[in-house]
Amino acid sequence: MERNVALIALFAALIAALGLIPKVTLGFGVPITAQSLGVMLCGTVLGARRGTLAVLLFLLLVAIGLPLLAGGRGGLGVFTSPTVGFLVGFPLAAFVTGLITERWRAAPLTLVAGIAAAVGGIVVLYGVGIAGLALVLGKSLPEAALLVAVFIPGDMLKAAVAGMLTSALARARPAAVLSRS
Amino acid sequence: MISLTSPVETRAHHWPAGAKLAALCVATMVLFAAQSLIFHLAVFAALLALYAAPGAVFLRAGLRRLRVLWPFLAIIFLWHLITQTPEQGAVIALRLLTAVGLANLVTMTTRLSDMIAVIRWLATPLRRLGLSTAALELSIALVIRFTPALAAKGGQLAQSWRARSRRRPGWRIILPFALLALDDADHVAEALKARGGI
Repeated sequence: MERNVALIALFAALIAALGLIPKVTLGFGVPITAQSLGVMLCGTVLGARRGTLAVLLFLLLVAIGLPLLAGGRGGLGVFTSPTVGFLVGFPLAAFVTGLITERWRAAPLTLVAGIAAAVGGIVVLYGVGIAGLALVLGKSLPEAALLVAVFIPGDMLKAAVAGMLTSALARARPAAVLSRS
Repeated sequence: MISLTSPVETRAHHWPAGAKLAALCVATMVLFAAQSLIFHLAVFAALLALYAAPGAVFLRAGLRRLRVLWPFLAIIFLWHLITQTPEQGAVIALRLLTAVGLANLVTMTTRLSDMIAVIRWLATPLRRLGLSTAALELSIALVIRFTPALAAKGGQLAQSWRARSRRRPGWRIILPFALLALDDADHVAEALKARGGI
């Protein structure tokens, strides 16, 4: 119990700390933050249930007014802004990522975690995110998708990093990778 | 950890946090249901008046927080200029500004401790069912403590990377960073257990 609470709180803090890393600008001028890498790692390392709890805890702290989102944003305003879909998508992304990592044991962990992070952190997250964008801005889904498509290459990079990190963590601290224990 | 609550003391700081949150929910639902441009203009003007009431410092801080919306406003503006539906565009833009502005207003006038009290109150049914919410309250405190500690650790790792290499510290320092963090979590778990557990 104590260990679960500590790990869930730690990963919530990890998402916040990754948001503090300065933005990296990709070759063609698109800024990416490491924050969604934290969400992917919640799923691949903690598994579906605990990973989702960690992301929900992070969102709760954002909602009560802590500036934990990338760029020092936070408070209730982010839940009515156009990017709300991505915030709602965070816990779902962590859940799907965790579920795939837990269930698919036949392939090497690097590959499984990488693909799980891509499915959860890109397919699911962008699905919900684009729906939210369309709703708040009053646009159709394909129009909203165009607005965020430039960020997908950066997230594919992050999914690959999440895969490698997870298998490295599984070698260094096997007991901490709860998705596989 | 600095919270987003405004240091400028307003009358709204003393209003019950639960009531402010409930009012915000209702207001946001009304905003998204309303389609009239006049209505949205009036609500936006009222919002500006609310921001201006506590003084210039509060107004400036509030407007600064709305600045993150400009890329979206620019897109809406261009889009509705091209499709020649300016009225619809104005409604969407005003609704966006007002909804985010109102929510920020609640955040700016509510202390972190009051927000945590609301969460505690919302969790009351769980306690009635016999579930312990101590873990939830403890984990909120843990995240608030962990975040600056992790950020400091990350900073130290980046510095030691720079002392040894001319290249930028990239994703390579994330693994040692994650390992440090995981070991920290283990120590915290042991300390919690040693103090009687949750």
